[in-house]
Amino acid sequence: MIDETANANLKSAPGVTRLKLTGFRNYAALDLTLDPRPVALFGSNGAGKTNLVEAVSFLGPGRGVRAAGADAVRRRTAEGHDPIWAVYAEAMTVEGPVSLATGSDPAEPSRRKTRLDGAATTQTALARLFPMLWLTPREDRLWAGPRSDRMRFFDRLVLAGAPDHGSEASGYEKAQRERQRLLDKQYEGARVDPDWLNALEAEMAARGVALAAARVDALARLQSEIDARPDTAFPKADLELEGLLEARLAAGEAAGVVEDDFILTLQDARRRDGAAGRSLTGPHRTELSARHREKDQLAADCSTGEQKALVLGLALAQASAIARVRGAAPVLILDEACAHLDVARREGLAQGLLDLGAQAWLTGVEAGLFEAFGEGVQRVRVEDGVATRLDDQG
Amino acid sequence: MSAAGPEIERLIQLLSRLPGLGPRSARRAALQMLQKRDTVMRPLAEALAEAADKIKACSTCGNLDVADPCAVCSDYRRDDKIICVVETVGDLWALERAGAFKGRYHVLGGVLSALDGVGPEDLNLASLIERARSDEVREVILALNATVDGQTTAHFISDKLANLSVDITTLARGVPVGGELDYLDDGTLSAAFRSRRPA
Ligand SMILES: Nc1ncnc2c1ncn2[C@@H]1O[C@H](COP(=O)(O)OP(=O)(O)O)[C@@H](O)[C@H]1O
Ligand SMILES: [Mg+2]
Ligand SMILES: [Zn+2]
Repeated sequence: MIDETANANLKSAPGVTRLKLTGFRNYAALDLTLDPRPVALFGSNGAGKTNLVEAVSFLGPGRGVRAAGADAVRRRTAEGHDPIWAVYAEAMTVEGPVSLATGSDPAEPSRRKTRLDGAATTQTALARLFPMLWLTPREDRLWAGPRSDRMRFFDRLVLAGAPDHGSEASGYEKAQRERQRLLDKQYEGARVDPDWLNALEAEMAARGVALAAARVDALARLQSEIDARPDTAFPKADLELEGLLEARLAAGEAAGVVEDDFILTLQDARRRDGAAGRSLTGPHRTELSARHREKDQLAADCSTGEQKALVLGLALAQASAIARVRGAAPVLILDEACAHLDVARREGLAQGLLDLGAQAWLTGVEAGLFEAFGEGVQRVRVEDGVATRLDDQG
Repeated sequence: MSAAGPEIERLIQLLSRLPGLGPRSARRAALQMLQKRDTVMRPLAEALAEAADKIKACSTCGNLDVADPCAVCSDYRRDDKIICVVETVGDLWALERAGAFKGRYHVLGGVLSALDGVGPEDLNLASLIERARSDEVREVILALNATVDGQTTAHFISDKLANLSVDITTLARGVPVGGELDYLDDGTLSAAFRSRRPA
C-alpha cells in the first residue's frame, strides 16, 4: 500500500517520465513511459538492466554508474558500431518538467554532449536539477576497498545535496595539477615565478576549504539523520572524516583561518611535493571511516552482508536528509541491491523508499524480489536489450 | 569518397576549423557561398583579405583594430584612471557591447596555465605593470573568468601590482563558476561591474 504522505511528495521529487535510448549499449531503440513511482527492472543476467540504469545515471552530473566514456556506450553489433548514441529523457525536477538529452556529439562522436531543454548546460545545473545517488555491486567492497573509492562515494553523497560540490572539487583538482606541474619543473631545475605558485596555492586553498566545508556539513546532517531515524532494517553507522581541513572545520574554526593556514602548509610543502611528484596534504587525501554502531566494529571488519547493509543504510539516510533540506528526495539507483537481502531487509528497503517518495531504480533477476513494494512500484521486464513495462492495470 | 573536388574539400576543411562550425555546417556554409558567389563569397573574400592586411593588435592595450592605438585607446572621452584587464579581445567586445564600462582596457592574451604551457612571459603583463605605474591610473579591474586559470591569473596580477598605488578590484561573483565572460548576457555583466570589490 502507498502511504499518503509519500504520495504528496511524489509530485516534486525528481524522476524520469519518459526514457528514450538510441544505440546505447545493447539497446538499439527504447521508448519507455513512466510515472513517478520507483521502477523495478527484472530479467536474466546480461539482459541489459545495468545498461538501462546506466542510461538513467547519464542524466545526472558525472560519467554515470560505470564511469564510462562516450565510446564505450556506443552500441556494438556483429556488423560494427552504431554511428551515434543518445539518451533522451523527459523528467520532473524540483524546478518543474524538463527535457534532458545526452549523446555523442555529431561533430566529434567520441565526445559526449549534454542538453537541458535543448540548450547547452553545466554539471552544476544537472546536479541542482537532477540530484542522484547510486549503489552498484561495486560498492559492496566499499569499506574494505581503496580509500579513494570510499571518498568518491562520499563526495557523490555530498554532491546530491550540494550542487556546487562538483565544481569546487574539480577546481581544486585542476589547481593542484597546475601547481604540481610547476613543482615538477622546479624540481628539474627550471626557474618558476614564486608568485605563480602563490596564486595557485591561494586558489587551491579557497576551493579546498569550500570542498572540505561541504563535506563536513553533509556529514553532520547525515549523522544526525542516522541518529534520529527510528531503528530500521539497516544498521546505524558512526561516521568520521579524517582530513587536515575537515578536522579543523568540524571543530568550529573559521573557514578564513583554516584557508590561510592551508596556504602556509602548501608553501612549506613545495620542496617535498616536488620531490614526491604529487601533493601529500590536502582534502584529496581525506579518509572516511565508519563503525557499525550496534556491533561497535569498524565497517571494514564487518561481514560482507553487514557491510552492504551499512552502505544501503547510508544511501537511504542521505536521501532522506536531502529530502528534508531541499524538499525532495534525489533519484536513487540501486543496482542489484535486493539480491542478497533477507526478507526483512527487502521489506525495510521497500518501506524506506516508498516513505521517501523517491523515484528509485532497482534491478534484480526476478520480479519476486520486489514483492514488498506491492503496487508502489512499476515493473519493467528486460530481456536481451528490450524493456517492456508490465501494465499493472491489466 | 566525397563528390566535391579538392578545392572545395580544402575550403570545407578550413571552414570547419572555425569555432562553432563542425564538418556538416562547414559543408553547408561552403555550398551557400558557392551558390551566392557575387553577393556573399567575393565580398567575404575581399573583407577577409582586407582584415588580414590591415587589422593589428593595439600596442597599448592589445585590442584588434586598423589603427594603433586602437579606437578605444584614442577615445578622449574615456576615463584614463581605470584599466579593465580581460583575457581576450572577445571579452573586451562583450564588455563594450554591454556598455558597462567607460575606462581603458588591457587584453592579456590568455591566462596562466602550466598544463597548457602558458606562463607569465606569454601574457601581456609587463606592459600592464608599466601602464598601472602611471600616475593617472587609480584602479585596475581584473575582469577575468571564474575558472581556475582565470582566478589564478587574477591572484598573480594582484601580487604583481601590490606595491603600486592603485586599487585592485574584481568583478562580483555574479559570474558563474567556470563561466566565460563572452557568453554572459549584458545585464549580468553590467551588474557584475557595478558591484566590483577589492581583490
Ligand atoms: N557498447 C555495447 N554494445 C552492445 N552491447 C553491449 C555494450 N556494452 C555492453 N553490452 C552488453 O550488454 C550486456 C550486459 O548488460 P547488463 O546491463 O550489464 O546486464 P544485466 O541485465 O545483467 O545488468 C552484455 O551482454 C554486454 O555484452
Ligand atoms: Mg547488472
Ligand atoms: Zn588599445
